[in-house]
Amino acid sequence: MADILVVVEQQEGVFKKNTLSAVTAAKVLAGLAGGEVDALVVGNGAGAAADAVAGTGVRKVLLCEGASFAKYLAVTYARAVAQIVKDRGYGAVFAPASTFGKDFMPRLSGLLDAPLASDIVGLEREGGDLRVKRPMYAGNAVGTVALVGSPMLFTVRQTAFDPAPAGGAKAPVEKVAVTVDAGGTTYVSLQETKSERPELTEARVIVSAGRGIKAQENFKMVEDLADTLSAAIGASRAAVDAGWAPNDWQVGQTGKIVAPELYIALGISGAIQHLAGMKDSKVIVAINKDEEAPIFQVADYGLVADLFKAVPELIAELKKLKSA
Amino acid sequence: MKILVAIKPVPNPDEKVKIKGDGSGIVLDNIKMVVNPFCEIAVEEALRIREKQTGEVVIMTIGPKASEQQIRTGLAMGADRAVLVEAGTDLDSLAVGKVLAKVVEGEKPDLVLMGKQSVDDDNNQVGQILAAVLGWPQATFASKIEFAADNRKANVTREVDGGLETIEVTLPAVVTTDLRLNEPRYASLPGIMKAKKKEVKVIPLASLGVDTAPRVRVLSYAPPKQRAGGGRVADVPELVAKLKNEAKVL
Repeated sequence: MADILVVVEQQEGVFKKNTLSAVTAAKVLAGLAGGEVDALVVGNGAGAAADAVAGTGVRKVLLCEGASFAKYLAVTYARAVAQIVKDRGYGAVFAPASTFGKDFMPRLSGLLDAPLASDIVGLEREGGDLRVKRPMYAGNAVGTVALVGSPMLFTVRQTAFDPAPAGGAKAPVEKVAVTVDAGGTTYVSLQETKSERPELTEARVIVSAGRGIKAQENFKMVEDLADTLSAAIGASRAAVDAGWAPNDWQVGQTGKIVAPELYIALGISGAIQHLAGMKDSKVIVAINKDEEAPIFQVADYGLVADLFKAVPELIAELKKLKSA
Repeated sequence: MKILVAIKPVPNPDEKVKIKGDGSGIVLDNIKMVVNPFCEIAVEEALRIREKQTGEVVIMTIGPKASEQQIRTGLAMGADRAVLVEAGTDLDSLAVGKVLAKVVEGEKPDLVLMGKQSVDDDNNQVGQILAAVLGWPQATFASKIEFAADNRKANVTREVDGGLETIEVTLPAVVTTDLRLNEPRYASLPGIMKAKKKEVKVIPLASLGVDTAPRVRVLSYAPPKQRAGGGRVADVPELVAKLKNEAKVL
């Protein structure tokens, strides 16, 4: 089959690790259907991101730079990728299923009249045909999907594909010049959620809180536990909707999909849409005073307790363990 | 301002999803169809914009005749009229985008609003595809929309992975709505009564001349892998001991 392109997510030249899972998915397709995997970085002053992806076993890295790509915009990025895909005849395009990939990839689908499978969790071959697995109905069903036509587009669920090892021999970087206009969109600002903690989608441990935390000031306790474990902090939709936590802390089908080694759910009842975002975690701990809470059905270690008593005790025990 | 709101009927997300025995689909018998929750947010936003600055709110959807029920929900909330493109089968995102583009070309709105994704297929594609087909600006995952005084531009705040991003779009544009944009109102009884008399224009799909051959086909459905949960611990010391010695994650 024709060659495969992975669109790299980067911000101000900083490479985003979720791209590594997209590279793995692209390699799975190459293994099933043939073709070489290339990476594409669109940006300005994004050489470092090109360098980072060059070591992941791709054939080459295309670096498309220009002042109009300094800030990500769906319109400019989709146009640039569309032109490169057309000029070079790529048969498949992959990107992470982040708010980056979810924003511009469907636009690319519209520009190229190309089928897109969103948020994929698997690629298989059945006879001579490609089959794509993707979650639907808030994770309550996994659909087997066939794409008709070329190029085929995919956004990749980060937790479903292991990150490609990034320390290999460096592939060559080739500069590509593309001119596009921004078609009536302008970047204004980004209000970043600043945190010293690891990113939710990259953390080894996540401490997450829901309605049971009762008030914003009680997140202090969650933060203390997270600090003790060097963990990222997550929240249920209920906690975010209540204004106790910023939107980008939300774990769930409509928020972030996470799969850390340890996920600690505090006062989270376990609505289906929340479970869809965290049930692939390796170990799940739930602390909730309602013993009927659905979260306990997916928890490896459920503790029926008042979290305002249990969490301080847990912090103390963990500190004891650390100093032992 | 004239606003077109695309809505999608979906199975009630509060009911348990059951997959047919042969995996050919989802069991929909006795399941109530409702307006996709993200689309309800889009209807609400359109109504609030109209309340602030006058104009018209038109609902559009693609589906069987029965979709009129969800259209009436939007009309009962306060939308002025509706367009139903009557289609017998489910269309994929590309086809929906192209069909909606035809309706948009006919209606010529200043703004198209729709939910960022439907809670059945979870594709998160149609708004962006529509914008691409029309060649319009797009702003997805909106949590705030503010218009310039002359209504020719809007600043849209978007919920992105790192926080909140604001972009400016020139109108007309497509904006897709996220959870925290607003809280949709319930339809009032007078609203429900009035909705019965509002116009729903039915357009047969075939009359639009759009190629809707499926490009993304769902062949089968399967339940997700079940997790063997349900383990319990009696107290915090036991939890910590198990995390350390059994799960080995500390």
